[in-house]
Amino acid sequence: MQAPVNHIVGLTSIVRERLLPVSGTVVVRLNQKVSPNDVIAEVNWPREHVLLDVARILQVSPAAADRLIKIKVDDRVPANTEVAVGKGLFPRSVRTPREGRVAVVGGGQILLEIGDPKMELRAGLPGTVVEIVPNRGAIIQTAGALVQGVWGNGRIDTGSLINIAEGPDGVLAASRLDVSLRGSILLAGMVKDADVLKAAAELPVRGLILSSLYPSLIPLAREMRYPIMVTEGFGSLPMNSAAYKLLSTNAKRDVTVNAEVYDRYSGARPEAVILLPTFSDPPAPHEAEEFSPGLQVRMRRPPAMGMIGSIVSLPRGMTTLPSGLRAPAAEVKLENGETVIAPLINLEVVG
Amino acid sequence: MPSSLVDGNSLLAVDVGAANTRAVLFDVVESEYRFIASGIAPSTAEAPFKDIGEGARQAIGNLQALLGRSLLDAHGNLITPGQPNGSGVDALVVTISAGATIRAVIVGLLKDVSLESARRLTESTYARIVETIGMNDLRKPEQQIDSIIRMRPDLLVITGGTDGGASRSIKKLLEPVGLASFLLPSEKRPAVLFAGNEKIGDEVRDMFGPLTASLHLSPNVRPSLETEDLEPAQRELAHMLISIRKHQLKGVELLDQWSGGHILPTAYATGRMVRFLAKVYGVKKGILAVDIGASAATISAGFKDKSTLNVYPQFGLGENLAGLLNYTSLEDIMRWSPLDISSGVLRDYLYQKSLYPAAIAATREDLAISQAVTRQALYLAMQSARRDFPRNIATIKQNLTPLFEPILAGGGALSDASRPGQGLLLLLDSLQPVGVTTVILDQNNLLPLLGAAASQNNILPVQVLESGAFLSVGTVVSPVVSAKYGTLILRGKLTYENGVESRVELKYGSLETLPLQNGEAGKLSIQCLHGADVGFGPGRGGTIPVSGGALGVVFDGRGRPLDLPADAVRRRELIKKWNWTIGGE
Repeated sequence: MQAPVNHIVGLTSIVRERLLPVSGTVVVRLNQKVSPNDVIAEVNWPREHVLLDVARILQVSPAAADRLIKIKVDDRVPANTEVAVGKGLFPRSVRTPREGRVAVVGGGQILLEIGDPKMELRAGLPGTVVEIVPNRGAIIQTAGALVQGVWGNGRIDTGSLINIAEGPDGVLAASRLDVSLRGSILLAGMVKDADVLKAAAELPVRGLILSSLYPSLIPLAREMRYPIMVTEGFGSLPMNSAAYKLLSTNAKRDVTVNAEVYDRYSGARPEAVILLPTFSDPPAPHEAEEFSPGLQVRMRRPPAMGMIGSIVSLPRGMTTLPSGLRAPAAEVKLENGETVIAPLINLEVVG
Repeated sequence: MPSSLVDGNSLLAVDVGAANTRAVLFDVVESEYRFIASGIAPSTAEAPFKDIGEGARQAIGNLQALLGRSLLDAHGNLITPGQPNGSGVDALVVTISAGATIRAVIVGLLKDVSLESARRLTESTYARIVETIGMNDLRKPEQQIDSIIRMRPDLLVITGGTDGGASRSIKKLLEPVGLASFLLPSEKRPAVLFAGNEKIGDEVRDMFGPLTASLHLSPNVRPSLETEDLEPAQRELAHMLISIRKHQLKGVELLDQWSGGHILPTAYATGRMVRFLAKVYGVKKGILAVDIGASAATISAGFKDKSTLNVYPQFGLGENLAGLLNYTSLEDIMRWSPLDISSGVLRDYLYQKSLYPAAIAATREDLAISQAVTRQALYLAMQSARRDFPRNIATIKQNLTPLFEPILAGGGALSDASRPGQGLLLLLDSLQPVGVTTVILDQNNLLPLLGAAASQNNILPVQVLESGAFLSVGTVVSPVVSAKYGTLILRGKLTYENGVESRVELKYGSLETLPLQNGEAGKLSIQCLHGADVGFGPGRGGTIPVSGGALGVVFDGRGRPLDLPADAVRRRELIKKWNWTIGGE
């Protein structure tokens, strides 16, 4: 059976396709070096509109109103611009309530686009543009250490990595955040209080790499302007030893956190990338592996949720689990020496 | 490629779920269609695989390993038709429930009329209504436009107006909807289904035709104010869903080709099968089919004159699980658990499980939580679906579940019930059936697959249904009564075919069983006490034929609606006792 892979790798090639959701303009060129926050593509996607019902205001038919309208599609008009004037001794006029671009004119109405409609796609990681995807984006390649998470708040930033976790199961308290951490990305265990996220915003930090987050804090975490990446999930979960070891041994290096929202269909995941110097491109990790003895795996559900282990054996057929359910399973030796039976569907390969 | 399934002997059916993909073979054995075997593999709609064809091939591969006969060639393509050497199959049908929930905007005139029909229509597939535009909407048109743009719908469902009736209001409503579609980037424009006043069909074509690659017109869901006819629009919507999935998921196109276009949404196929059964068996009571899995909870009910189909992605046990708390409380979920589990642990479970929808319960505690969540999700789905049941149906009491015979239950969550008793208790708790009914577990999730095959081969579903491919759990007797805990409410006498008798006394608050093996039949005499009603009228008894099942005849004296003690310790003790009584634990 094929297994998904959660990447926790000390040195690897990282190749990421970064695409706009719709056609737009690509603003980078082939072989260009990019930083995580560089815009690589953009598109106009207006979200706010004002509809001016000229016919109704001027009390004329839609056809007559169309003849009275003085602007056309794509015109940019400042606020309070007169866009149509009626007839008569004391003619009424129609003015724009806000600045905008004319999107549609017709049927006696004008639809204005308001605000900055630009949607920008950022590189998300430091690297080189190795391929342009016309009208959509680019493929970016880099080399370094990679740790993937399970939840992100959609922000991106880069900074020096500082480990303030007391261990993989540490809990971050607001009192631990002082001015010396300003501008850094913090490796920081579990977060249980809203005060912690707010204090981090006030410093401000450039990012948080957490093992877990209380579910009640998700809305607040989404509002934070700095990236938050969670490696294990929700509640009180310690960071898996592989991720903690890799991140903590890279402390003081620059790390980019692309806390991308996890999309199970596209495969987009939050991830932390630490650039490392290399002479040649290291091999890229596999996206899926066949389960086999010796493979390093992470437990996605109880027992021992989040713990790393290695597959000892793969019993043939179906195995009866302690819950009573029957499923294809593996015998897994955990890092604490304990051996457990886990259904294959609850395992992911680490590598 | 087979053009007709009627001529085919062997039929392969593939169901692509959010968590698992199943391949099921039906073939002719001794002149009758039979369920032969099934192969299962994890679904591969999600990254890193991103191709449902992979999971389908793995499931078919696992099936052929069981059968010892080749169904796929060396290139991984389906061998059709069946070959003289025994390899291949004559036909394939596919059902699919995998994929992200469809985001739908519904448009209609009146809240209680066309918008209600639009809601019912949209709820017949894997969609969530993200915006409603109606005549009583007080927002400015630009606010409606911006809201539609913000919601990025995959689907617009437009209803409104009776055939030949006024059309001005609906045309006015369509203006902002059309503008919003125009303003969306062309590749993000939603598919459009118009099922309103047929008189304005041409204008709808003119307005939306240039805006979307997928415009569908179906007969009016409200041809008159008093009449609602959802079926033609549901059929159209089912085909639209497959088209949407073809764009979203790699592999749908391949399965569509392999099956010669015999591919349907799983829920629609289930609904079709229930309608088919209701027509074939001409039921006095309703027929109920429930399915609860990772993608959605589906409730399909067939009555004499009308059938209903409700699909609730929000009550699915997969990626939408974190949102369950928008519809219920932690306390309401925990009331079903036999273990003392904190609300924090439960909340973490909901969020964590939504990250890994396919994961299963490996420990007893995880199973207890998972089954408590399943109960509440199915309970909510049933309560929601009841709103749409017709009024003139057989009931014991208006505010309770109507009378059904039988109840068919399937889906990944019920397959996770390791013993039939666990599955039955889960269904009794969440559906709360009344009167006398047979409960059948569809352990291989065959019902939608039979529904997919039904329009092409109406013999196969009937023969497979009657062949014992489904597990009859037993006959359930659930009296409606108000009494004190421990009061005797019913006496039952089961007379077996050999003349032997077994008796039971049912007290309020308890569960009892009488053994009756699968395949056996008997006569059950019921005496109702304290005004208990099992469908003969309050306090009235009777004698009925009953058929056996894994648990025989089960008497549920726990009251309707189910009366759980408020005291948590007492409640957990009772749940453990009930589990023990009907063999779940």
